Amino acid sequence: MEVTANNIKEESNPWGGGAKPLNTSYGKMMMWFFIVSDALTFTGFLVAYGFSRFKNIDSWPIADEVFTHFPFLHGVDAPMYYVALMTFVLIFSSVTMVLAVDAGHHMNKAKVTFYMLLTIIGGAIFVGSQAWEWKNFIKGEYGALETKGGQILQFMDAETGERVALEAFAATIDTPRVTHEESNGIWFFGETSLPSYSVEEVTAGFVAHENLVIKSEKIDASGHKIILSREDSLLQLEGAINVVEGANLIHNEYGNRLFADFFFFITGFHGFHVFSGVVINIIIFFNVIMGTYEKRGHYEMVEKVGLYWHFVDLVWVFVFTFFYLV
Amino acid sequence: MAHDTENLAIFRGLLKFKSNVQKIWGVLIFLSIVTTVEVILGIVKPQSLMGMFLGMKILNWIFIILTIVKAYYIAWDFMHIRDEKGSFKGSIVFPLVFLIPFLSWILLVEADYIFEVMRTGFVSWNF
Repeated sequence: MEVTANNIKEESNPWGGGAKPLNTSYGKMMMWFFIVSDALTFTGFLVAYGFSRFKNIDSWPIADEVFTHFPFLHGVDAPMYYVALMTFVLIFSSVTMVLAVDAGHHMNKAKVTFYMLLTIIGGAIFVGSQAWEWKNFIKGEYGALETKGGQILQFMDAETGERVALEAFAATIDTPRVTHEESNGIWFFGETSLPSYSVEEVTAGFVAHENLVIKSEKIDASGHKIILSREDSLLQLEGAINVVEGANLIHNEYGNRLFADFFFFITGFHGFHVFSGVVINIIIFFNVIMGTYEKRGHYEMVEKVGLYWHFVDLVWVFVFTFFYLV
Repeated sequence: MAHDTENLAIFRGLLKFKSNVQKIWGVLIFLSIVTTVEVILGIVKPQSLMGMFLGMKILNWIFIILTIVKAYYIAWDFMHIRDEKGSFKGSIVFPLVFLIPFLSWILLVEADYIFEVMRTGFVSWNF
């Protein structure tokens, strides 16, 4: 519609190029089809998460008990508030993006620049928040024991009903066991650093503290984790072989091992999308400042990166639901 | 480009906006309300919504439906699908609304079956 002469050419020679089937330019259409395929990739991940969750429906970790941190509020149990904030940040940066696109339609360079800048800042805040979320997840808070069958045993105070950290009760046993380094020993075998406490220390500490019980992985009919009696707890303790603090791709203190794997993979893949979106937005931002699109006569590039940016927001809406709410 | 052809009504024409910018803020307010409702429900977890419906808690159904509502408004108003030609709209939306429920259905049914096998089988998974 921007150039009338073009339309006349199209009519006389439809195979000569420049025609717009479906009323959309080539670039925009391909961005849409990329988004469709990327949406299916994310579907694959989220459905795989659903598969693992339904397979372990009676023992899957409860998100509210895992993500309880909020910046500057140490020790305060604040489930969900932080991810809700992240969601709002991302939705808001989506709004500034669509305002930039709208300003582009009106060829208003100053406004496009301003809104693109806000979008970039919003994206950067989101990526930073996600990094902080990862840090807390990897570091862990309470620590737990792992049994031979891969079950996680968490500890809680039977009287107050609150989780208890390992350092609050673990006994100190003098042991010659130190982290084995490559430079020592008969061959070049190293190991990752040992947890702060050994299984023996945790077990001894548990036996000494009468008020402690074990919170098992299993979920009862009302959706709460089953808390074992003191006798059952002592019995379960015999099967423990590992102390787990925080999370990595092999062990995590929150519950099922797959939970941490999916957390890292899905939020990581989404975070990578946000990061690349921010980078692309920065490139377009500088193009806008330099007047590239002013000279070109239209701001369609802003529209295309806008589509990608909204898609990232769209995916987060689903990740938020399936990881934190459901 | 085609800002003069934009559809400025949402909720099937219930709410009409004067300009595109106004519509964007209107949709933002709507999305914020939906997200707030989700977060409040997620924190309170009302007992009345804990009943089961088609193998899932009613609360979870509400979350999923609200998520799809949000996705609809992001795609329709922020990504301007509302203003695209019908055939283009279909070529984007149809593959997704067909393949995603299909894949979810197959894998979740299979996972439920595996769960039953592990629960009722003779193998102990906690040794």
